[in-house]
Amino acid sequence: MIDSLYNYTLRLGDTSLILAQRLSEWTGHGPFLEEDLALTNIALDIFGRAKGLLEYAAKKEGKGRTEDDLAFFRSDREFYNLLITEQPNGDYAKTMIRQSIIDCFDLLFYTELAKSKDLTLAGIASKSVKEIAYHKRHSFSWVVRFGNGTEESFSRLQKGLNEIWAYSGELFEMNEDDHNLIKEGIAVDLDSLKQKWESEIQELFKKANLSIPETLFMQQGSRKALHSEHLGYILAEMQSIPRMHPNAKW
Amino acid sequence: MNKDSQGELWEVFVQKKSGQPFVHCGNLHAYDKEMALQNARDLYTRRGEGMSLWIVLSSSIVASSPEDAGSFFDPSNDKIYRHPTFYQIPDGIGHM
Repeated sequence: MIDSLYNYTLRLGDTSLILAQRLSEWTGHGPFLEEDLALTNIALDIFGRAKGLLEYAAKKEGKGRTEDDLAFFRSDREFYNLLITEQPNGDYAKTMIRQSIIDCFDLLFYTELAKSKDLTLAGIASKSVKEIAYHKRHSFSWVVRFGNGTEESFSRLQKGLNEIWAYSGELFEMNEDDHNLIKEGIAVDLDSLKQKWESEIQELFKKANLSIPETLFMQQGSRKALHSEHLGYILAEMQSIPRMHPNAKW
Repeated sequence: MNKDSQGELWEVFVQKKSGQPFVHCGNLHAYDKEMALQNARDLYTRRGEGMSLWIVLSSSIVASSPEDAGSFFDPSNDKIYRHPTFYQIPDGIGHM
């Protein structure tokens, strides 16, 4: 059981970490000052969540590693983040459509996780819910704005959705860790979130005039630490300094 | 609005606690009310600065100009009857 809890927490921590790292690429490059700050704040919120989760994963692993060891001294075949989080940002429309898909899921997920019998996970989750509610308000409003803006903003939004949609199926994938922990009242049964997520996303897409792409299959792999080519580059950038100076302190 | 526009300018007022006045804390750019509210949250209220926000288009504010200084703000201290300094204020009232 300890192992399932470790795997589960690590997966959640990795997903938050890689998403935050991706979003922080926009820092200093946002469309204008206020929006640059908004997305940087959001990335920081998600880094904070990643820190809490990886700290707990390290504790559950019990091998004396810290959250920094987990973040900076693992390779891509040891990361369990969802594939959607490592996809390139593209333009702002693509970043916002990806974020809206994740925020919608995360708000449902962490609201449920806040009721977990594992009090640490429940604590991290209930702290995150307020933040995610704001992230969702932010990304949803951009999606509606792009969808109803100009012809160009709409076509960029639809293009972003076309590129990212095949990675949305993985949000609801469960393995034996999930099933073990659901029995214990620790993990969230992802099947129970799907209908709500679909109806909220469809409502958003309707407001933004988007059509769901006809995808023949959904991408998978992160549960087995199999990734797209993008993760390696993210880790190279994120890990190079701590690996060059392993004992560096702030 | 040209294509490089960051939207209109808005003025932001934060209320620290309910019942207290809203105090001007700065301004921001946004395209509409919802974006103005979100940007204000990101710029001005992430560190416990307040409980409530007012945001108003800068162009909606009527302001005095420096040339008005004399006629608007000079208190004419030579007219002693302008200040209510001839009244005895009962102790019970305290600070007024």
